[in-house]
Amino acid sequence: MTRYHPLKELSLARLREFLREPEAVFWTYGFPLILAIGLGIAFRNRPVETIYVDVAQSDRSAQIMESLAHYTDLVVAAHTPDECRIRLRLGKSSLVVVPGDPCTYLYDPSRPESALARQRVDDVLQRAAGRRDPIRTAEELVTEPGARYIDFLVPGLLGMNLMGSGLWGVGFVIVDMRVRRLLKRFVATPMRRTDFLWSMIGGRMVFMLPELAVILGAGWLLFRVPIRGNLFSILLISLLGAISFSGLGLLVATRAERIETVSGLMNLIMLPMWLLSGIFFSPDRFPDMLQPLVQALPLTQLNYALRAVILEGAPLHSQGIRILILLAWGGVSFVCALRWFRWN
Amino acid sequence: MESVSRAELAICCRDLRKKYKSRSGEVDAVNGLDLDIRRGECFGLLGPNGAGKTTTIEIMEGLLGPTSGDVEVLGMRWGERDDDLRQRLGISLQETKFPEKLSVFETLVLFRSFYRNGKDPAEVMESVALTEKAKAWVGKLSGGQRQRLAVACALVGDPDLLFLDEPTTGLDPQSRRQLWDIIRSLGEQGRTILITTHYMDEAERLCDRVAIVDHGRLIALGSPSELIATLGGDHVVEFAVSDGNSLLPESLASLPAVREARTEAGGIALTVTEPHIAIPALLQTLQSRSLELIRLTTRHVSLEDVFVHLTGRHLRDDEISST
Repeated sequence: MTRYHPLKELSLARLREFLREPEAVFWTYGFPLILAIGLGIAFRNRPVETIYVDVAQSDRSAQIMESLAHYTDLVVAAHTPDECRIRLRLGKSSLVVVPGDPCTYLYDPSRPESALARQRVDDVLQRAAGRRDPIRTAEELVTEPGARYIDFLVPGLLGMNLMGSGLWGVGFVIVDMRVRRLLKRFVATPMRRTDFLWSMIGGRMVFMLPELAVILGAGWLLFRVPIRGNLFSILLISLLGAISFSGLGLLVATRAERIETVSGLMNLIMLPMWLLSGIFFSPDRFPDMLQPLVQALPLTQLNYALRAVILEGAPLHSQGIRILILLAWGGVSFVCALRWFRWN
Repeated sequence: MESVSRAELAICCRDLRKKYKSRSGEVDAVNGLDLDIRRGECFGLLGPNGAGKTTTIEIMEGLLGPTSGDVEVLGMRWGERDDDLRQRLGISLQETKFPEKLSVFETLVLFRSFYRNGKDPAEVMESVALTEKAKAWVGKLSGGQRQRLAVACALVGDPDLLFLDEPTTGLDPQSRRQLWDIIRSLGEQGRTILITTHYMDEAERLCDRVAIVDHGRLIALGSPSELIATLGGDHVVEFAVSDGNSLLPESLASLPAVREARTEAGGIALTVTEPHIAIPALLQTLQSRSLELIRLTTRHVSLEDVFVHLTGRHLRDDEISST
């Protein structure tokens, strides 16, 4: 006689439903990939910055133009003094040189590229006029993977995805089942409720693996984002992240009876973390006053741990406190969810 | 009703009450219901929408707690050994939407896995004529096929007691008849079936006994033929005249073989014992008053007539006004 295992059948059902829903597959795997590629291209390390300099037309402007013309990083143009001011204001040039004695630089010091242009142009003009530098210098150019924006971004996207699919993959799915009265139908059978909840969490743990592979794989293949840490540590941290956010997903789904309610609740939970938890920029930039909140968020801790392990190759045990904060969120959510869960 | 010992009862409920809080105060969904359902019978709960049928059946299924009263199902009470009890029940809820992206067979295997002992899903699928659709996704099934799947999911655990809450609501006549055949064959296998419906023909065809409920109370109980017999006549004559307002039903109640006369939508209905006596007398009366007959039909008395007789309302009219 065939034996039937409820946990196996429930998990298989989760897996089949997920894989047969193209939209769910896209939002879980395709979307973060597109986001990584888009942001990676937008914020890739640019070639050496070109400096746009205008020279106000006068009888001495030709000499200055000639001095500046030898340098490939400078784009020099001559305009009337009024035009020069307008172009500067519109950002078409970073600096205006007004020949004369003294030779005057017009620029806005709060624009970084203008400050840079002022230094560079002054340097060139002084040397052309015969300045000798007392110290001999040499340059060695270093652009190393691991310190670029894309390197910072990829672990953050992974964290964001673990949060999003944990909340949606559990919270949305459960409320949908409640709306369809499927939850009630399950409760009308001898199904063990723990089997049902385990299948939800088990499903998340399985779906997480391709997420991890897609995001880290794409980062490495397309942008050479380094993976310096132990793969097992990365897997374990991601798994704990997925489980903790499943717990939060379960919590938002405990009583909601409408899809709109649960969507709103999930956005309410995710929004602060999108903003504060260091997906796109470092959470350390927030003012001290906000830091207790920022540091208490589970995604902040997950992102710190992922970056430390992936980019710096930090050992797992060094991330203990971060993992504990993350697990505390998951654990407390689970306990509350089980207590308040509405089956019918 | 003859008394039956408790051991022969599949369900026994006493003074069952369920109050709901609503905006307009408390509503008594179930208001002091006593029911005995015997093992092996097909029992129907018949009543209009809002009569408390679903609340009653969900209390029996252990999905809702009663406000007060006592329910015993297969000799057990809810809250004692629920898992053992659930192993023996098969339940089809009103409007369950099964996962759209699972196939019929996958859905049945999933439900089968919840029971310690049960039937082979393929066999159950065959018994509800869904074998052809084994690999079809639930989302692609017709209304009738979905409803048969719901019954099949209730059957995979090989239950002693089967609850079917409005199994044919919203189905076309052919699908309903197909489902009736399935339910009848289940009854022949000796299972106890509790079915709720607001279709009187369904109750008449399927049920050994019927309880008619209205506003959470039991208003009649018996086999369909017993209930029909309480009206005193076997036939109903329905007719309409061109100038309907001038004819009062009371004036016809004294005609020979007429037991009852009442106004119907667009006409008058008479409950009669012998149509061949009542109809000539009726026609004579109409002729003597120079009223022109525009419609006349006769039919057998149904449970619908019993409901109308008891409440003055139609089962389905209530449905229309409440939706």
